[in-house]
Amino acid sequence: MSIAAIEAVDVGKAYGGVAALTKASFTAEAGEVHALVGENGAGKSTLIKILGGRVRPDQGEVRIGGRPVSLSGPEAAHKLGAWTVFQELTLLPWMTVAENLLLRREPRGGFGLIDRAATAREADALLARYGVMHVDPRALVEDISLAERQVVEIVRAISHDPQILFLDEPTSSLVEREVEWLFGQIRALRQTGTCIVFTSHRWGEIRSIADRITICRGGTDVGTFTDIDEDEAVRLMTGRRVEALYPPLVPLPAAAPAVLEAADLAGPNVKRISFELHAGEVLGLGGLAGHGHREVFRLLFGDAHANSGEIRVGGKSRHFRSPRAAIAAGIALVPEDRKTEGLLLQMSVRDNATLAILKRLTHFGVLDRTAERQAAQSVVDSLRVRTAGIGLAVGALSGGNQQKVLLGRWLLAECQILLLYDVTRGVDVATKHEIYELVSRLASEGHAILFYSSDAEELAHLCHRVLVMREGVVAAELSAPGITAEDIVSAAVRDHLAA
Amino acid sequence: MSSSHSPPETVLAASGPRRSRFSHFLVQNVGLALVVALLIACIILYCVLYLVTQHRLPGGFELTSTLNNTMPLAFAGIAQSLVVLTRGIDLSVGGVIDLTNAMAALTLNGGPVQTTLWTAAILGVGVLCGLLNGVLVAVGRLQPILVTLATLSIFQGIAIKVLPQPGGAVPAGFTNVLANPNWPVSLLYIPLIGLIWAVFRRTRLGVSVFAIGNDAMAASSHGISVKRTVILAYMLGGFASACGGLILAATSTAGDATTGNTYTLTSIVAAVLGGVSLFGGRGSGLGAVFGAFVTTMVVNILFFAHIDPLYQTFYEGLFLLAAVVAANVIGQIVRRRR
Repeated sequence: MSIAAIEAVDVGKAYGGVAALTKASFTAEAGEVHALVGENGAGKSTLIKILGGRVRPDQGEVRIGGRPVSLSGPEAAHKLGAWTVFQELTLLPWMTVAENLLLRREPRGGFGLIDRAATAREADALLARYGVMHVDPRALVEDISLAERQVVEIVRAISHDPQILFLDEPTSSLVEREVEWLFGQIRALRQTGTCIVFTSHRWGEIRSIADRITICRGGTDVGTFTDIDEDEAVRLMTGRRVEALYPPLVPLPAAAPAVLEAADLAGPNVKRISFELHAGEVLGLGGLAGHGHREVFRLLFGDAHANSGEIRVGGKSRHFRSPRAAIAAGIALVPEDRKTEGLLLQMSVRDNATLAILKRLTHFGVLDRTAERQAAQSVVDSLRVRTAGIGLAVGALSGGNQQKVLLGRWLLAECQILLLYDVTRGVDVATKHEIYELVSRLASEGHAILFYSSDAEELAHLCHRVLVMREGVVAAELSAPGITAEDIVSAAVRDHLAA
Repeated sequence: MSSSHSPPETVLAASGPRRSRFSHFLVQNVGLALVVALLIACIILYCVLYLVTQHRLPGGFELTSTLNNTMPLAFAGIAQSLVVLTRGIDLSVGGVIDLTNAMAALTLNGGPVQTTLWTAAILGVGVLCGLLNGVLVAVGRLQPILVTLATLSIFQGIAIKVLPQPGGAVPAGFTNVLANPNWPVSLLYIPLIGLIWAVFRRTRLGVSVFAIGNDAMAASSHGISVKRTVILAYMLGGFASACGGLILAATSTAGDATTGNTYTLTSIVAAVLGGVSLFGGRGSGLGAVFGAFVTTMVVNILFFAHIDPLYQTFYEGLFLLAAVVAANVIGQIVRRRR
């Protein structure tokens, strides 16, 4: 029997009296790919931070190669051969990819000075060694995409030949091809005896790469499995069955009026798109990433300008010059990246929820704090936002609950048309379920919802109709009942397969 | 970095040709390029105004006096940049210049050996001032703006104690070496500073300063000591401020314990004009030097444009605003075109 590469024994960690991890244990061996799965808040990220040396546990023990270790910081872990790709990336934005890759091990030239040309060359060779040709080592990190940054961060970690590699949600910002690349790297590392521990919310990925799976729930481990099906895993993670994840589809009333229409709309990356969105309808937008979905949302929200075509709201032609104008017309957008697009993370749930209706809550220039509190509390109650109080900073909530606060803001502002852009990305199963119920409820109350998701399964279960986009046009329109994820995927890739 | 594992199949292929090195260089040094362009524009405008009013082009005297008048600010700008790069700010720059300037006037009256020793001692005082700031910020975990606002007053107070009345005398030899009044020898400072900055950027300390200015948490997770780097940055800043104080003494051939006060704010102006981001992590000390020259040229331009000196600060403010807005807009355009 091999010596465990990494072992966590009853580790626990509390932040300000709130336990993030109560008592978690697991063991991963050399040459093993080990997945940590669980809902957000189950303690996976905290566990990874402890193992990576970023956070010190309050209790319990971490053992590397069988020996108990006390990690004073990530560097201490590095010395023991343990490298971590944290969820919050640690690349330096205004330095080049090369400087980041070779930080603290830059090639030296004359007088012991760093040779910048050689740094770029070495970085280039390093990226090429790991099959990364699409990232320019001379570019600033700030100028490359989030996915590319994730890839660079991964390359930096594996270029140190780690004995143990921790990856916290490495695939959350990667597209399919990059995930494939990462799994290729992971398999190669496994062959050389590296122990890889990763977290993910995507069951398909976990199945395809993990040797063993440890399920976490509520700050502790509920078991390690070599073979477990999704239903069982979801039940262990949440105590809920997978079929019960989606609410039943509420049928559309026959005479629902079209509240939002796009007529031959064209803009950047959108060639020509027409559709009608009715009151009470959930209209899905599906297809492969990069085929114009994001741009359709931006056009409708006044965040991009149409080259031609028309947007009609309630039958009237509208031209939005800014998101402000779109909001005034009752259109709200909930983006997938709430950190940069919409929420003020340092401010409270209350402030964030009532931001759009401050004018209404203000009398003679004075904010009515009582009304503000009531409004915010109503959001928390009706959307079941899980927060310790409305005074808590929004940044302290989990991703799904941040989405709810943002959605609540627009509901307070009485927006009838909701543009939801991949709102469940990176959200745990239980919160996903709550968001699905919310979408269904809001539609049945008469809101019109445009719903983009990178998860075809979600679209198939949640939408009255799904428009599958390909290269900036609608390639197929599918209607419920009977939409399947396979239909959506095959409509999205049909040409690709034929080509 | 062993190459023992077999290469995995999936390769993330490049989608198109890469940008040229020059294009990367330009975009990554857009702040420096802009301040150079701004300086050239100012010089041209100055020459035109000079020609119109004086009926000849500015010559060696104008060049020499501009250089000598600007060098203290140039060094103050470098001092400020070093600290701002770490995402801090140093309001005590003026205080250090006051103190070192006062000390220079008081002590530099002996022979060459004595003068050299005192010069070294004064530079040491500047480093100590920086050490105090750095320790309070890094170890005491205090806000840089508060720490340096307090030490500004303290250094000013010590300077007044050292030299209660303006006066003293600086030997001609000292002046001729540091700020030659007859020949534009001070022009040599610029390539020298450029060289020193290039070296600094290629040392571990230089990289660390930029790294913690980018993201201190990320930098520390890669083994960079944030405390050590911050303290060293303030110390280097104190050294640069002391250089400014000495050159100021050399140009004015006497000392004044209050003459350095203005440098606290103008050093920030020079750094910002030079493309140093107040959010830390990007910019260059050389840029701050050019920024310092731009501010001097603006004063000269206003003079030859016959602007009432009473309104000088008004126009300086307008200019500063216009320059920063323009730099911002151009910077964004350059980035967006990529």
